[in-house]
Amino acid sequence: MSAPRLRWAIPLAVVPLLLLLAYGFRTDPRDIPTPLIGKPAAPFTLSTFDGGQVSLDALRGRVVVVNFWASWCYPACYEEAPTLARGWQAYRDRGVAMIGVNIQDKPEPAKKFLTQFNHTFPNAPDPVGQVAVDYGVYGVPETFFIDRRGRIRFKQVGGLTDEAFKSRVDTLLAEQE
Amino acid sequence: MTARARALLVLVAALAGLAAAPVDEQVVHEIAAELRCVVCQSLSVADSPSETAHQMRGIIRERLAAGQTPDQIKAYFVDKYGTWILLSPPPKGFSLLVWITPFAGLAVGLLVIALTVRRWTRRSTEVTEAAPPLDAAMQERIRRDLAERRRD
Repeated sequence: MSAPRLRWAIPLAVVPLLLLLAYGFRTDPRDIPTPLIGKPAAPFTLSTFDGGQVSLDALRGRVVVVNFWASWCYPACYEEAPTLARGWQAYRDRGVAMIGVNIQDKPEPAKKFLTQFNHTFPNAPDPVGQVAVDYGVYGVPETFFIDRRGRIRFKQVGGLTDEAFKSRVDTLLAEQE
Repeated sequence: MTARARALLVLVAALAGLAAAPVDEQVVHEIAAELRCVVCQSLSVADSPSETAHQMRGIIRERLAAGQTPDQIKAYFVDKYGTWILLSPPPKGFSLLVWITPFAGLAVGLLVIALTVRRWTRRSTEVTEAAPPLDAAMQERIRRDLAERRRD
C-alpha cells in the first residue's frame, strides 16, 4: 500500500460527491412531494361565508376543484383569482363543482376578496386548519383536482393559470365514472 | 327525580368528565417536536410560532383527546405529507443511508488511522534498525565536536 499507488484514489473520492450534487441540482426544490395523488380525497363539511354548508361527499360523481387560499396571500392568490372566476363561469354548467377553502384568515378581508373577484362558487373558512392538513397543504394557494370517483388526481402548488385549470379539468371530465 | 334518573345523570356527568380529560401538554410537545413545520425552514411544529404550527398542535391535542396514540397521530401526518414531515427520517429505504453513512464513515476513518499508525510505527523501527553502524573515526569526530561545543 504505497502512496503513489493510492494517488488516483484521491480524485476518485470526489465522484460520490459529484453524483450527489448532480442529483440534488436536478430536482426542483419547489417541487413539494405529496403522497395524496391517486388517494381518496378526505371528506369535509364546512360552513360557507354566505351561511350555507358545503360538503365534499355531496359532490361525489362530479369533478371537483378545491382551492385553498387566503386574503393575505399576495400576490399569488390575487393573480390566480381571475382564473378561478373564469373557470367557474366556463365549467359550472358542465358538471364541475368548485370549492374555495379559506385558511388562516379573518372573515372581513376574506369576504372582501370574494366580492372583489366575484367568486360565486361555495367558499368556506377552515377554522382549525383540519381540512388543510387533511389535504397536506403547505401554503396558499394550492389547488386540488378531484375526479368523479372522489380521488385526488392533480395538485397545483402556487398560482393557477387558465391553461393548467382547463387541461386538468378537461382530462377529468373526459373520464367516465 | 327517581333513583334511576339520578344514576343516569351521574353517569352522563362522569362520561362528560372523561371526554374532557385534560390532554398532557408534554405529550403534545413531544409529538410536535418530531414533526417538521411545513411553512418554516428547519423548525419543528413544537418550536414554530407560525399559525400553521399552532393549528397543527391543536390537531394533535384534539386527536390525543379522542384517544389516539402518539404513533397513530404521527402516522396521520405522514399519511398526508409523506415521511418528509418527520424530522428524523425512518431508518428504511433510501433514508437508511443517513443513519448508516455517519457510522460507516467513522468506521472507515478509524480503520485508516489504525493502518496509518501501524505503518508509521513499523517504519520508524525499521529506520532504527537500518541505521548504518558508525565507524570509529566518525564516533571520534562526534565526541570531539561535542566537547568543543561544551567549551564554548
